[in-house]
Amino acid sequence: MSSQDTLTLPGGPDAATAGRRTMTLNMGPQHPSTHGVLRLVLELDGERVLSAKPDIGYLHTGIEKEFEAKTYQQGVTLTDRIDYLANLSNNLCYALAVEKLLGIEVPPKAVYTRVMLTELTRISSHLVWLGTHAIDLGAMSVFLYCFREREELLRIYEMFSGQRMMTSYFRIGGLALDHPRGWRRRVAKLLDELPGKIDEYEDLLTNNRIWKIRTQGIGILPVEDMLDLGITGPMLRAAGVDYDIRKAEPYSGYDLFDFRVPTRTENDVYARYQVRIEEMRESVKIARQALEGMPDGPFTADAPKVVLPEREKMKTQMEALIYHFKIVTEGFRVPEGEVYQAIESPRGELGYYLVSDGTAKPYRVHVRGPSFGNLQALPSMIQGGLVSDVIACLGSMDFVLGDTDR
Amino acid sequence: MEFIIITLIKLGVVMAVFMTTLAYLQWVERKVIAHIQLRMGPSRVGPHGLLQPLADVLKLITKEGVVPPHVNKLYYLLAPFVAVTFALLAISVIPFGDEVEIAGYRTWLQLTDINVGVLFILAASSMGVYGIALAGWASNNKYSLLGGLRSSAQMISYELPFTLAVASPLLLVNTLSLREIVRAQEGFLFGFLPNWTIFQGPFPQIIAFVVFLIAVFAETNRIPFDLPEAETELVAGFHTEYSSMKFAAFFMAEYANMVTAASLVTILFLGGWHPPLPREWGSDFIAPLIFLGGAAICFYHGLNPARRLDRYTLPVAGLVFAGIGGVFAFPAWKDALLPVFWFCAKTGLILFLFIWVRGTLPRFRFDQLMGFAWKFLFPVAMANLLLTSLLVALT
Repeated sequence: MSSQDTLTLPGGPDAATAGRRTMTLNMGPQHPSTHGVLRLVLELDGERVLSAKPDIGYLHTGIEKEFEAKTYQQGVTLTDRIDYLANLSNNLCYALAVEKLLGIEVPPKAVYTRVMLTELTRISSHLVWLGTHAIDLGAMSVFLYCFREREELLRIYEMFSGQRMMTSYFRIGGLALDHPRGWRRRVAKLLDELPGKIDEYEDLLTNNRIWKIRTQGIGILPVEDMLDLGITGPMLRAAGVDYDIRKAEPYSGYDLFDFRVPTRTENDVYARYQVRIEEMRESVKIARQALEGMPDGPFTADAPKVVLPEREKMKTQMEALIYHFKIVTEGFRVPEGEVYQAIESPRGELGYYLVSDGTAKPYRVHVRGPSFGNLQALPSMIQGGLVSDVIACLGSMDFVLGDTDR
Repeated sequence: MEFIIITLIKLGVVMAVFMTTLAYLQWVERKVIAHIQLRMGPSRVGPHGLLQPLADVLKLITKEGVVPPHVNKLYYLLAPFVAVTFALLAISVIPFGDEVEIAGYRTWLQLTDINVGVLFILAASSMGVYGIALAGWASNNKYSLLGGLRSSAQMISYELPFTLAVASPLLLVNTLSLREIVRAQEGFLFGFLPNWTIFQGPFPQIIAFVVFLIAVFAETNRIPFDLPEAETELVAGFHTEYSSMKFAAFFMAEYANMVTAASLVTILFLGGWHPPLPREWGSDFIAPLIFLGGAAICFYHGLNPARRLDRYTLPVAGLVFAGIGGVFAFPAWKDALLPVFWFCAKTGLILFLFIWVRGTLPRFRFDQLMGFAWKFLFPVAMANLLLTSLLVALT
């Protein structure tokens, strides 16, 4: 190799490796398995990883700053773009945070729809994770099977919101639109099919000897370290910590639903795989309960200063017209204060910290993205492993770079 | 003089057929994988994408051959040449069929028969590693280097079980000439079981067959042993820095190795060109029936087309199949073609297995693969060889 060998990492080579010839491998930002634009600087001894430094920032969007220039309702469209694989979860968290500040309550129909669609989002996000994780470890076909079901999920989002990915369906004060025609049959059919499809993925992987030796005992990290690093979600539950915000601090009516929080204690890549697979099955159950118990009634809150009036009323009633004009031209004012709202996104604890100065635009919106915390585990997780383990660990974290850099 | 002309004709035919097979094997692989994965596969160039291999070859030939400035030029250019040469060389000793008489000349359906044919193939396939190792080293790219290292280590470890698995059927047939190996597997045990080495006494070589098959996957760098080019880990492994025809050479070498390996499996374990059923049971009719059945399916789908073009393309395919099936009606041609048919059918099945596995299994990790070779395959192959030799010595 050339003189690049002598290039030292920021921080210098480890004391233990001093005097040894090592190779610095710059993995990414354009690499098949960094899922976006993550850059990893690996110090290798043969194939063994001596140290790793993840380098983020290649997908920085400045969304947090942009919130400050948008009215509250406009901000919903930005949340889609933070975690583009779990857009409805982000919609939900932001809407809940603003609603908490405003002190408005959304009607049951909106609550149930929100729960149903966020659980479908969890499934579609986990499907992308499973597919890419499998393809990283060489099982190509699983990827396309997962995307077959994800396609149907995206069609359902499109049916509800008119958009496949950037849904912006959950608005402050309820939903953007009423339920579309024929949604019930479509969702019910998908929920009937999904368990069988998940069995299909499991047939290919769960008892596959190669899959097991590639994932079992890989990527173990002490639970204390995980808590220190801020790791949440399936990764933490695979380490035996039974922490799920849906149970711990129920939001958006999750206390009305009956579901289990799957946990494992092995704390390796395989355990994370099992936890996520079971979560998909639980999500199917929750979505089915929401579908069957879907109440009738309005889909937006009774808050005329926040929610746009019906089109018909706006054209016939003076008051409604005034509200419409006010909301559209300058947005609605949110009382002064600050709030932190956390939900369980497919990746872990997703939080929106909102500060309002009493105007129609937020003073500050801070997003606590689960991907950032999960990605922090990478250096300690892959140290001493092989290059192939790096791929397995990366896959097991299920990070989205848009969620990491905001 | 006659000998030279016949040899040249054979050479031309084998080369043309082999090259076409390589190109279309890739088409078949893409189609089969696509259907496993709920996709269509190549479908734009020609009906059902049948001209896709041609388009690929044209594309690769006309591309600019970039030689990056940081490579070791001599070895960089030598590596694909080495890889493809040795991969293509091995086919020269493979017998495709029995001795035939064409226009009064008797000849073997084989380019040449050397009395150490098996060793020749082993040597050629081992030399092929140099191509990959050199490419990894000469590219002066870290991913390539890792890929080259992996492949050298992998090939060396798999060479042992590979060779041991080859040795045990050789004990049964008592020759190294591929032609004679197939000859020794003629006939049937108990009147119905083909006398192939996987069934042959005193010790059926089923274990050797399985070990050999696994080793062959590793030798040809196919999933689950495709570590040298594991694209999710090493981008493209040893051929990261290669483009145009140089890349095509590696690609061709991989497929040529697959075909050679599948042929070797057929010859060593599956009785080469011998039919799986006795002639009295109508094995002669299987080949024409398969082709005529294929023709019937094509005609049926041509009449009930799923796509508009199918109305024209499928009947043509049906006619081709029917034509091939009809050829078997001529007794003189039938005797020459049946062995070739059986040989191709068995090789094709093994090749299909290669593709099928690629659509199903994940990839091993480097150290696990080595452990598997040394701690499992090697002892199993060794035990099998010892047991076989003992039994052969006793009988």
